[in-house]
Amino acid sequence: MSTSGEIRYSYPDQGTIMVHVEGAWIMGRDLPNAGEVCEHAASRPGTRRIVFEHTALADWDSTLLTFLTGLQQGCGATGIAVELEGLPPGAVRLLQLARALTDLEVRPDQRLRISFLNRLGLWSIALSGSITAVLAFSGEVSTAALRMVRGRARFRRTDLMALLSECGPQALPIVSLISVLVGIILAFVGVVQLRMFGAQIYIADLVSIAMVREMGALMTAIIMSGRTGASYATQLGTMEVNEEIDALKTLGITPVEFLVLPRIIALVLMMPLLCVYADIVGIVGGALVGVGVFDISPLKYWEQTLDALNLTQFTLGVVKSTVFALLIASAGCFHGMRSDRSASAVGYAATRAVVVGIVLIVVTDGLFAMVTSILRI
Amino acid sequence: MPPVNPHTHELRDHIVVQDLTLAYGKRVLLENISFAVKRGEVFIIMGGNGCGKSTLLKILIGLKQPASGQVFYNGISFWDADLEARESILQRIGILYQHNALWSSMTIGENVALPLQEYTDLIPKRIAEVVSLKLALVGLSGYESFYPAELSGGMQKRAALARAMALDPEILFFDEPSAGLDPINARLLDDLIIELSLSLKTTVVVITHDLDSIFTIGGHAILLDRQTRSILARGTPHDLLRLSTDPKVISFLNRGRTSREPSPRCADVHGDISDRKDDQP
Repeated sequence: MSTSGEIRYSYPDQGTIMVHVEGAWIMGRDLPNAGEVCEHAASRPGTRRIVFEHTALADWDSTLLTFLTGLQQGCGATGIAVELEGLPPGAVRLLQLARALTDLEVRPDQRLRISFLNRLGLWSIALSGSITAVLAFSGEVSTAALRMVRGRARFRRTDLMALLSECGPQALPIVSLISVLVGIILAFVGVVQLRMFGAQIYIADLVSIAMVREMGALMTAIIMSGRTGASYATQLGTMEVNEEIDALKTLGITPVEFLVLPRIIALVLMMPLLCVYADIVGIVGGALVGVGVFDISPLKYWEQTLDALNLTQFTLGVVKSTVFALLIASAGCFHGMRSDRSASAVGYAATRAVVVGIVLIVVTDGLFAMVTSILRI
Repeated sequence: MPPVNPHTHELRDHIVVQDLTLAYGKRVLLENISFAVKRGEVFIIMGGNGCGKSTLLKILIGLKQPASGQVFYNGISFWDADLEARESILQRIGILYQHNALWSSMTIGENVALPLQEYTDLIPKRIAEVVSLKLALVGLSGYESFYPAELSGGMQKRAALARAMALDPEILFFDEPSAGLDPINARLLDDLIIELSLSLKTTVVVITHDLDSIFTIGGHAILLDRQTRSILARGTPHDLLRLSTDPKVISFLNRGRTSREPSPRCADVHGDISDRKDDQP
């Protein structure tokens, strides 16, 4: 194996330093750096040029080129000429190529330094742009919905069927798992308090009311936000990357009508059904605890559950889930349609869709709680 | 051509492909193909759409296992080697992908720096110097802090080339290098391929169907054929065009010669161009 790259100096005449480049200049070896040569040249008054000789050079790669580039920059600043003729022809050609292409290329603009005020201004502009975009999107969706009501919306029925299947039956396993666990958790948490008063039977009331009024709709919405909202954003973001949305526009088809509307319809139709299903499965989960662990008779549990529930609570849960569906689908589609054209942008769109979706769900649920409290529902 | 024997191959043979069969499931794309690429040469794998060029590349760079046959790098069988040996071979290979495959969440500088950070002990300052040099070599000096999405298609292609060259590979694979480039940028890239091959003595394998690139780059070439699932012809593109009597070879390579002449049907569509008065000043 050849020795590590090194340099040796000789002085053919008064103003010239000859650098003998020797050994193997290969990545990973301990190699001289250009600064040392520049310092050496500066320490010899009257040096006008540096020349090279490479008869003992064994092998070389980019490290020799970076060394030479550094030397050209360092010595160029002090007015000492670096003459490359004595180097391997390949290295000389590459350095010339790098210089020629750099000279040809339009230099990129220097990045602007952004002050706090500038940043604030840019943020405000971006915020107003986002608000405008949300309003425009809402307008487009509303227009598309109106066209659909009039039977003039253009989207493929097969797409809608596939989306309905994706949002509905395919989500059943995860909704079942989460709902039964929520029912079980509610029952266990409730029984700790209720047992102190000998009122275990009221587990049925607690679980059924909590599931039907609140948890069924909320948990389904959170699941669907992570599952379907992200999926919508990713699908539409990828279509943006592949210029599929541009292709629709050039065909005169409104992307919101063709892509967004069926997605919103699918989720709005399926979420209430999933919510009802989650309510039932959650109540069954609570019953498993009440009947199985705390020895409440199944018939009594069933009667207690029926007594606790009424149509208003049930309707409230279903209405909530419909509104949540609209919010989740809109957030997913909005961020997907606004995605930039790169893999990371699609990932960002999916994240934004889920985060915004969940925030909207929780805020809206809070509003529902306030309104129902005021209306004493 | 006699079959290539990797055990008796010349020392100059850098890559040896022996009796390789490529298949997607039960669909065989190429059957028992053999060829050798000499050290430091520019080698072209050409063929029409669907003949298995890209699949062959995937096998050569370890992304897909062949149905049968061997690929030897410096006499070492890639697919029989253990994981460590394969990684060692792959570190000596640079690949320019058809769609660039730049990591969009990283800047151009970070894209080029990543292989250096992963596989060398260079300090960050040295890595920055190497990155700067590689970008200068492809005419992107000063673009270190730009993201791929901020560059044009041609610049992205060159940035991807800088990344492929980051570790000073012994072998550079180019998958359809002129894809998505205008003729001027495609020509610049072809010239750059030749210059890098000559200067760094890198073995270059170009996979393409672009005839302008094929004739510009020259070098030894093989023509893959979809129907016979074999290598239809071997030799330099110019020799094949001059000497081959195979109608398929002539048809493939001749289109390049006539591509700048209008199709005979052109006049049927546009009428006789000389009749047009509205274009006259």
